[in-house]
Order: sequence, then C-alpha cells, then structure tokens
Amino acid sequence: MLYKTITKSDFEHLIDFILEQNEIIAPRKVGEKPDGTPIHQFLPIEAFSEMDLDYSKTEYSAKTYFLPFRENLSTWSFGDGGWKQDIQYRQKPRAIIGLHACDIHALLKLDKVMLKGPFPSPYYKARRENTVIIGMDHEPCGSGFCASLGTDILTHGFDLFLTDIGDRYFVAVDSDRGFRILSQVPLAEVTDEDRRRYVRARAAISEKQTIKVHTRNLPTLLDLTFNSAVWEKWGSKCLSCGACAMVCPTCYCYGVKERVCMDLASASKVKQLHSCNLVDFAEVAGGHNFRPTREHRLKYRYYHQHRGFAEAYDEPMCVGCNRCGDTCLAGINPPDVIADLEQENP
Amino acid sequence: MSVRIHSYDVNREFTMGHPVDYTRRSDLQNVDHVFKAEITNTVNLTEHEKLFHIRILDPTERDRFHFHPGQFVMVVLPGYGEVPISISSSNSQRGHIELCIRKAGLVTDVLHRAAPGSHIGLRGPFGTSFPVERMRGKDVLLIAGGLGIAPLRAPIFYITERLGDYGKVSILYGARTPKDLLFDYQYEAWRRIYNVHLDIIVQEPDETWTGKVGMITALLEGMEIDPDNTFAIVCGPPVMFKFVCARLQEMGIAMQNMFVSLERRMHCGMGKCCRCNVGSTYTCLDGPVFDYWSVINQKEAI
Ligand SMILES: Cc1cc2nc3c(=O)[nH]c(=O)nc-3n(C[C@H](O)[C@H](O)[C@H](O)COP(=O)(O)OP(=O)(O)OC[C@H]3O[C@@H](n4cnc5c(N)ncnc54)[C@H](O)[C@@H]3O)c2cc1C
Ligand code: SF4
Ligand code: SF4
Ligand code: FES
Repeated sequence: MLYKTITKSDFEHLIDFILEQNEIIAPRKVGEKPDGTPIHQFLPIEAFSEMDLDYSKTEYSAKTYFLPFRENLSTWSFGDGGWKQDIQYRQKPRAIIGLHACDIHALLKLDKVMLKGPFPSPYYKARRENTVIIGMDHEPCGSGFCASLGTDILTHGFDLFLTDIGDRYFVAVDSDRGFRILSQVPLAEVTDEDRRRYVRARAAISEKQTIKVHTRNLPTLLDLTFNSAVWEKWGSKCLSCGACAMVCPTCYCYGVKERVCMDLASASKVKQLHSCNLVDFAEVAGGHNFRPTREHRLKYRYYHQHRGFAEAYDEPMCVGCNRCGDTCLAGINPPDVIADLEQENP
Repeated sequence: MSVRIHSYDVNREFTMGHPVDYTRRSDLQNVDHVFKAEITNTVNLTEHEKLFHIRILDPTERDRFHFHPGQFVMVVLPGYGEVPISISSSNSQRGHIELCIRKAGLVTDVLHRAAPGSHIGLRGPFGTSFPVERMRGKDVLLIAGGLGIAPLRAPIFYITERLGDYGKVSILYGARTPKDLLFDYQYEAWRRIYNVHLDIIVQEPDETWTGKVGMITALLEGMEIDPDNTFAIVCGPPVMFKFVCARLQEMGIAMQNMFVSLERRMHCGMGKCCRCNVGSTYTCLDGPVFDYWSVINQKEAI
C-alpha cells in the first residue's frame, strides 16, 4: 500500500477532473426526516458541490450499482420457429466516491459469492471492474455496530481511501488505477506530523464506536437457539415486507422471471432482487413452503447472515451497518435480536 | 489534465494466470448460455408424468455435454421460464438425455403440451452427483419413492452398464398406487437382463394389484445386507428418505454411505440466487446429492 496526502482543494479538483470524462456516483442529500436528520443516497453527481461527504449513512447502500434491483440477464428474439439469445454485460467506467469502510467490506463479501466461487457472474464482474472505489473514513453513524464485526477498518477493496487529517486528506492508494487518478493533482509524502494526525483521527473515530454486539460466538448460539421463543417474539412482529434485504449492502438473493414483449417478438429473462422474508421465497411447485411462517423466514435471515454464510465463507455476511434495523417498520434490528439470543443462553 | 477511467472488457480477461474466455461459447455456456435442444419423443408414463427424450442440436455441444448421475439441468422455455430437472438417463449417451417431468405448474405444464420436434433450452449440468465411482466393488441399494425413481434412473443405468464392477445390486421402489408406478416397461429388463433384485410395493392397491402392499420400509424387512460393504442411494420425498435412512441406519449402514437428493426452489443453479439455501449450503452447488450425515446436520434440511 502506498500512502500520500493531498490538500482538500486538490481533492475538489480531482473530482472535477474525473467528472470531465466519467460518471461519478456519490452521497447526496435528498431530504430530511421529520426530526431534521438528513437523508442521503448514493446518486450520480454533476459537480463537486452536489455531493455531501459529511454524511453518516445512506438509506440505501451502494449495492444497487453492482446488483441492481432489476436487470436483464438475457434477451430472446423469436422468429423462424426458433429463438436467438443475446447476453450483454457492459458497464461504462465510473467512480463511486465516499463509500465508508463497512460498505466496501460489503462489496468484498459480495465478491466472495459473485466472483470467487464457481460460476463467477460476468454481470457483476463487469460492474465491479469498471467502478473505481474512492472510500472515506467517517464518524460512527450512530446505530451501526461495525466495530463488533471488524468492518470499521479496511485494508483493501478500494482504489483510494481518504482520511480527514485537518487541512489535508491522508490517502491510501491500493491500485495502479487509483494512483494514476491521484497523480493528476500534486501529491505530498506522508510526514511525521501527518502520521500522528492520522493515528489520532483513527483513534477518535474508534472511541466513538460505542455500540457493542457480541457476534463472536453467534454461529453456535444460533444453532442452539434454533427452536427458541425469541424467534416467535420477533417473528410475530415481522411484516414480511422485505425492506431489510433491499437496504442491506450484502443481501443478494433474487428471483428470475420471463417478460414477454407485447408484440410477442421478443422476451427477456429478468432478474429481480428478492428477500428471504417474502412469503414465497422457499415455496415450491405444489404449494409446499419450506419456510411457511414469518418466524421461519426471519430466523433464516439471521441464520444465513451470521451462521450459514460464516460457515461457507469464514466470516459473517453482515457488516453491521444496521440499515435493516433503521428501516424496519416493526423495529426489528440485529443488536436487539442478538441480545435476546444471548439472554436465552446465559 | 483529465482522467479517463479505463474500460474493462469482461469478455477478454486473464484471471490468476489462466486465460478465461468469457465468450458465450465457452464459460458462459455454464452461466447463462442455453443449449438449444429438440424434444425427439415424449412418453406418457402416468396421468401427470411424461418422459422426454431430448437431443442437443449442435453436434459439438452435444458431444461435449457430459454429466454425472444425480446432476440436474435447467430446462429453459424462452418466454415462460426455467425449471430444475434431474437427468434421468445414462450418462454414456452424452447430449442425448431423458427427463421425467411431472406436471406441477406453469413451465412443466407448457412442457407437457410440447410435441416431438419442439425446441427447448438447457443450461447445465449442475450440482453434485451420486459417488458411483466410490461404490465400485460394493453392494448397492437403490431405493426410490414416487417420482424419486426419475433421478434414480441415472445411477441405475450407470451401474447396470458396469455390473461387473459392483456387488449385489438391489432396486426397491414404492409408489402410492399401482397407477403411479413409473417405467413399468423396464422392470423386466432390470430383472431378466441385468439380474438385479427388484422389489416393488404400493401403499394403496387396486383390484388388479397382486404385489406387495405397504410402506417402502417394509421392503427392507428381512433383507440380508452386509452393512460395512453396502452403499445406499435413496430418492424420494423427505418423509420417505427420513424413514428409509433411519431404518438403514438401524441395519448398520453408516450415514456417510447413504445418499439422498434434496429438492428446493431454484432460480439460478449457480449458487447466486440463494433460493435453494439449506443451512449453510446451496442445494444447487453442494447438492442436490448429499450424504445423509450432511443432511441431518443442516438446519431445515428435512
Ligand atoms: C434438483 C431438482 C431436481 C428436480 N428434478 C425433477 C424431475 O426430475 N422431475 C420433475 O418432475 N420435477 C423435478 N424437480 C421439481 C421441478 O423443478 C418443479 O416441479 C418445477 O420447478 C415446477 O415448475 P413450474 O413452473 O411448473 O411450477 P410453478 O409453481 O408454476 O412455478 C414455480 C417456479 O419456481 C421455480 N422453481 C424452482 N425450483 C423449483 C422447485 N423445486 N419446485 C417448484 N418450483 C421451483 C421455477 O422457476 C418455477 O418456474 C426437481 C427440482 C429440483 C430442485
Ligand atoms: S424484519 Fe422488518 S424490514 Fe425485514 S421483512 Fe420483517 S418487517 Fe420488513
Ligand atoms: S443485516 Fe442489517 S446490519 Fe447487517 S449488513 Fe445487512 S443491513 Fe447492515
Ligand atoms: S439455485 Fe440459485 S443459489 Fe441455488
């Protein structure tokens, strides 16, 4: 890893340079909640001033730029009594600015599923390879528990990663692509003073991480509490709406449907993100449902996040952003559910 | 000064030193490329089940198509959808395959109306297979309940094509009524040509039925087996294989030596959509064939 520092005004110039020829997606303030807290989303920007890097957490995660809610997997054109299949997976190069560590960790976890296993997904790969990631440190977001999952610190998965050290940014460079972009503005070597300021900045952030969730023994705990009444308690609140999976940066499950064009000359195979909390998730032909109740489905979501995925990929799938908890109308959130599980097995 | 982010073409790339050709004709064949195939014949088995003889159209693709007994394909009907179906034929026939399909919903219904000559798409093959190689030299119990005979036919073909490599081979088959019995035209062949011990039982006999009546586990009563030397393949609904495997365990067969095939909803076959998840595994990648030990150790598997 290479480390440099740049001035804040040079960072602004850098964004303008990138914008000249490429698309940039960055956090933008899109509204306010009734209590006055701002609402942010990752959206395309036209100018530096449109982005708000001083955000705590976007409502939706940046997942949508890699696993869009809906995408066309292939197109069929009918004719001559047969069909032709067309598959496209192109992505115009672009940059996402301002991703926080947890969201970059989420991409690294998705990489494990989408790229590292059998059948790597070319659709995902095209988006991933053509997206420059410029991440950024930030103050804890308030409800997240990333520190408990170790996703508040990052060692790879970005092109550039910035930490605010006063009048300058401390920049970690993790790719040649990132270095070439950064080299458009004057770079300074890291001085002793920069280093001290960086360490202080990181320590200040860590100090503010106060939410603790005990996740270390969760896989076993989840096995042992599989039939616990805790699931009934939380499951009976669940609306089976699937909002938690939509906002989650790591939930990737989906369904596939065919859409036939009105003129019957073509059809497309459309992928749409799904949620294991939706009632038909594990329903099969003949009507049998492997997870018939809300309890089953909610439990499965936690089980997959913290147990199933952990066994398959040696780490939990959850990055602790608590977007699911923030968005859930029924107030279901990982810290409370996990605390209840702990109570079950003192 | 300006920056242009380089475009990266997924169609041409090198990963870990190996050239990966993500063109539609190579790797994508396993991802979203669909083999075009023709239904060459349809056989009415029962009111709800038909056997489809299928031939991959492209001669090269047909020749390259290779599967292991127990694997499944995604049958693709452009405009309608795709469904996972176990291959129910001998793997020595490459791209000539047979699928036994029950009419169960949208896609299977359209399939049942397809006439010989119709074109369908295939993706795959996907999933794990029965370890027939490991079973060489051993006695093999092949046990099916209901539609379970469809996936079981692939290992039956494999083993009967190599009888010399195996010990005693037994096929036990149970169905609800005599009308539900599938592949009745093959029973003579299995018995007379291949000298396989075939035993059949139904739960609800009709006037014409002269055979055994009862649950499939009844066929195991009194059977002499050498538990240390016997492998079992059990295909059928979960209630069925649960009882059968419990009985086999009592008879002394190790759980690792019993294999079952699980069925779950599937939308990709490639470990991406998560719909087939059981505990910590994907049924489409780590299954559908599991040894019984793995099955009872996954939450929600049965
Ligand atoms: C590994 C495996 C092997 C199978 N082998 C056979 C076989 O040899 N013969 C046979 O008749 N059936 C088999 N099935 C079951 C068969 O896949 C379903 O009956 C079929 O998907 C029903 O689709 P449909 O469109 O007719 O039903 P609908 O209820 O109208 O549609 C359900 C949709 O859900 C999806 N789906 C995916 N997996 C399943 C599933 N397991 N059950 C129901 N829906 C599913 C499909 O996209 C399907 O179109 C197998 C299933 C699996 C998982
Ligand atoms: S947990 Fe909350 S957000 Fe998720 S499905 Fe249930 S009610 Fe909806
Ligand atoms: S499960 Fe909830 S806390 Fe964990 S990554 Fe998803 S949205 Fe964030
Ligand atoms: S079928 Fe999609 S993950 Fe198994």
